[in-house]
Amino acid sequence: MDSSNSNSQAGMPLRSALSVLANARQAEDVVITNQGSSRVWPLIAQHPLDFHLNPSTMGGAIPFGVGIALAQPQREVIVLTGDGSLLMSMGSLVTVMAAGCNNLTIVLLDNNIYDVTGGQKTAASDLKNDYHGLARSVGFPTVDSFNDLAGWTEGVTRFLQSQGPRFAWLQVDPALADDMKTIQEPMDEQLSRIGHELGC
Amino acid sequence: MLFSGEEIVSVLTDLGITHVVWIPDTSLGLWESALEESPGFDLLRVCREGEAWPLAAGLMVGGKTPILMMQTTGLFESGDALRNIVFDLKLPVIAIIGARNWMNPDSQDTAKTFAEPILQAWGLEYQIVEDPSDKPKVAEWLGRCLKMNKPGIVLLAE
Repeated sequence: MDSSNSNSQAGMPLRSALSVLANARQAEDVVITNQGSSRVWPLIAQHPLDFHLNPSTMGGAIPFGVGIALAQPQREVIVLTGDGSLLMSMGSLVTVMAAGCNNLTIVLLDNNIYDVTGGQKTAASDLKNDYHGLARSVGFPTVDSFNDLAGWTEGVTRFLQSQGPRFAWLQVDPALADDMKTIQEPMDEQLSRIGHELGC
Repeated sequence: MLFSGEEIVSVLTDLGITHVVWIPDTSLGLWESALEESPGFDLLRVCREGEAWPLAAGLMVGGKTPILMMQTTGLFESGDALRNIVFDLKLPVIAIIGARNWMNPDSQDTAKTFAEPILQAWGLEYQIVEDPSDKPKVAEWLGRCLKMNKPGIVLLAE
């Protein structure tokens, strides 16, 4: 299926970008997905510490990750969020810093559109947003930007091993239409599984 | 305010609360120093109330016992987050909601008008605390919610 969208920007293929992260992620890390990533990640990786926050409230993944990170300070928590979701809760980046959870990584999957609703523009689509500068301005000690697969592949391990909290801005293509049809593990089963894995 | 900061800290400590996730208003805000200084739990500040519900959810999934504090206006603002966490994830979040202008019988404040209808629309069980004689209800109600693993709201008159 064609993933092109007239409103989107040129970026990494989403599946490929997520595969790089799945390979770099440590076995004890928690990965939280949301919206589009919650459909695509399970096609790439199945891990007991994956949690797909879907259905969700848009913008909810980052604060959810903050909660896990604070409750489980011995673990690293990786949150995947889209640009549309981040735009709905920009302040959550400040909340991350205020909470002082150094074991949190945010990976922004920026496709410049609302992917799950059909590729409409966001309010930011025609602007030159600097998410890198945004994260830096609220105090993230590690901020990185990746707009090609080679750079992301080369840089992901160094990024994940840098001082947290971390923020990576990835420019990605929209998801493939078929990938968005993924049937997800039911929420109650997810909660039971991750609760067990976290020892709760 | 019906409770001093020290009184509410005592209630929360006895309940085993680990984190208070809040955005204060002028009434709840009087508790700030007491909440912050309490050794029994952490005070977490969010930027908008919609963050508070998923943050509490993450804490609960990670094994902690949070409580939310916000004004009725924040409850209204965060309705979709509440819906997702309490009804999609079915997590039994508890909260103290400051009911703005509740004590003012002449108030036409729509935040007062809609407080109970909104809670009823969400199907959330709540306990109104509006008189000093009601104060023990806070610990009783929240303790019952925690014990029964169900969501619950204290609507605290302001």
